[in-house]
Amino acid sequence: MTTAITILFFGVAYGMILYLISVGLSVTMGLMGFVNLAHGVFAMLGGYVTVTLMNRLGVPFLPSLAAGCVLVAALGFVLERTLYRHLYGRSELDQVLFSFGLILVSVAIVRIAWGPLAQPIQLPDYLKGQVTILHLTLPAYRVALVGFATAVISGLWFVFDRTLFGARIRAAVDNRAMAQSIGINTSRLFAGTFGLGTGLAALGGGLGADVLAISPTYPLDYIVYFLIVVAVGGLGDIRGPFVAALAIGLADTACHYVVPQAGSIFIFAFVFIVLIWRPNGIMRRR
Amino acid sequence: MSFTKKIGSRLLRQGLVAAALTMAALAPAKAETIKVGVILTYSGRDAALGEQIDRAINLFSKLHASELPPGVKIELVKRDDTGVNPSLAKRLAQELVLRDHVQILTGGQWTPNAMAIAALTKEAKVPFVTMTAGGSTVTQQSPYVVRTGWTLWQTSYPLGEWAAKQGWKTAYTVVSDFAPGYDGEAAFTKSFTEGGGKIVGSVRIPLATTDYLPYFQKVKDTNPDVVYVFNPGGPQATAFMKAFDDIGITKSKIKLIGPLDITSDEELPNMGRSALGVVTLGQYSPAATRKANADFIAAWKKEYGANSVPTYFAVAGWDGMQAIYDAINAQKGNAQKGIIDPDAMMKFLRGWSDPNSPRGPIKIDQQGDLVQNLYLRRVEEKDGHLANIEFATIGPIGDPWKVFNKK
Repeated sequence: MTTAITILFFGVAYGMILYLISVGLSVTMGLMGFVNLAHGVFAMLGGYVTVTLMNRLGVPFLPSLAAGCVLVAALGFVLERTLYRHLYGRSELDQVLFSFGLILVSVAIVRIAWGPLAQPIQLPDYLKGQVTILHLTLPAYRVALVGFATAVISGLWFVFDRTLFGARIRAAVDNRAMAQSIGINTSRLFAGTFGLGTGLAALGGGLGADVLAISPTYPLDYIVYFLIVVAVGGLGDIRGPFVAALAIGLADTACHYVVPQAGSIFIFAFVFIVLIWRPNGIMRRR
Repeated sequence: MSFTKKIGSRLLRQGLVAAALTMAALAPAKAETIKVGVILTYSGRDAALGEQIDRAINLFSKLHASELPPGVKIELVKRDDTGVNPSLAKRLAQELVLRDHVQILTGGQWTPNAMAIAALTKEAKVPFVTMTAGGSTVTQQSPYVVRTGWTLWQTSYPLGEWAAKQGWKTAYTVVSDFAPGYDGEAAFTKSFTEGGGKIVGSVRIPLATTDYLPYFQKVKDTNPDVVYVFNPGGPQATAFMKAFDDIGITKSKIKLIGPLDITSDEELPNMGRSALGVVTLGQYSPAATRKANADFIAAWKKEYGANSVPTYFAVAGWDGMQAIYDAINAQKGNAQKGIIDPDAMMKFLRGWSDPNSPRGPIKIDQQGDLVQNLYLRRVEEKDGHLANIEFATIGPIGDPWKVFNKK
């Protein structure tokens, strides 16, 4: 029984990291209709900033995470204003080519700046080892991860459901033309949302540095997982990807425990079946 | 053009040609260059390991340049295989042989890559000194391959015997999912069960995995006496050790043992105290006190900084270069004409020995494998930092797999 709970816990932790990174992509794709394959770049940069501040300058973990988040969100905002906005009306192929090109450029720049090796992350002592909660011995880092991610996700859902900004985003996702005609400045909304999405991705990248290793090929290695979360969860939604990410995290983790020889086949089989059943994602009706 | 001008330009041309030919004939004889193709991993997650070998190659070339026959130079042509990628490694080797006209191939960091390159050398007749590929069958792929590293059977088979002698009854094997992992798993399983032990579980972890916790949870739940671990070393060794720590195995009664890759010396500082007490079997530790090693470490630190540590990967590269240089010197006449006779070189290499390697006395046997001492080491704290301290010697031995599988 304890084993089942522990596996559940690991799966949830993994799923939450995937969610944090992918939710921004879901919103951007749903809101702006933009196929942004380069979303993983922002998660990677968040990871690099966090790890560099911690390892080189000895900045504590949480401030490093915050710094990574803020810096990358700012970068995302700038890139949206300067590069992305020129491609909104274009065909999907153009957008895919652009974002893929952006991936390749980032990979090269990161490799020059930080070298080709994966970044080792030296966790602070209070995050190493294990903690015992309710008779369960769990890795301290994963516990902190789940706790922190829960707080961030709750905050995100609050912003989406209860604030004007969130309402505007939901309106623009549902019907952009209508939203524009009632006076919502969609152009500024896109920039702000893009910044939010990339900031979250950076947070996920930094927080999950132990689970998804930070290396120059990060955007290429994990893009499939982010796209799976978005495809299964549904575009433009923030609840759907949560269910999808948790499902994937749990399925992958359980599979590695029970049938390690199967590798990651299970995830892809799972995605295949879900998409046949619900082509627009788990939660979306339309 | 007028008649005189035509004659003038023809004379000019002929004069220039004559002058050029004279200059070529009178020019001093240039040094003959032997091209050596080096295929290593210079990018990606495991580039740290390739960098170790590369540094050893560069340092050796720098310090021993004067030991080549007079008039002979070596040109290293380096290519990046980006990781475990046999089809890319084969293509790079093909290009090196056909386009760059290399006469010797070396590097061969990973078993799958080395297998692909070795199969090529059979047809191409190019000597291949593979440095760190650990799979036993690599040297059987062609008569043109020798190895200056080690094999997983060398570092895992005696470990199973030793573990059984410690009185441990149950073992769980955890290996990375590629050829050397299978070798290590098979070697340990054979000797441990022959010694009276029982394997209670085994798992092969895909190379691309970054989250090891689900796999290790199962190991912890099975509660064996000892866990045999193999991973390719470098950053993955640290990731494994941290995951073992996170899951609570390092603090429990379960013992962790494995070949030297799992406590890779350059990663020990990153592993921290979680690695204390882990016993490994290996052919080289930078903490060894023999003179050849002291000289090697001094030269290394002088070149790469006092904080840099050469590992068994570096030593494999170092010894590989020593073998190549010795082989070239053995063919002085050919080398000075810029040629290498591959069959003569292979005859020399399969029988080559070096009593002064930083790892102790070594020699290459007729199967192309390295015969060397293996040392049992434990991770201990010495002078304020962690090191693999040798406490027993086994050998010298060659590759046990070849002994069991004599054709």
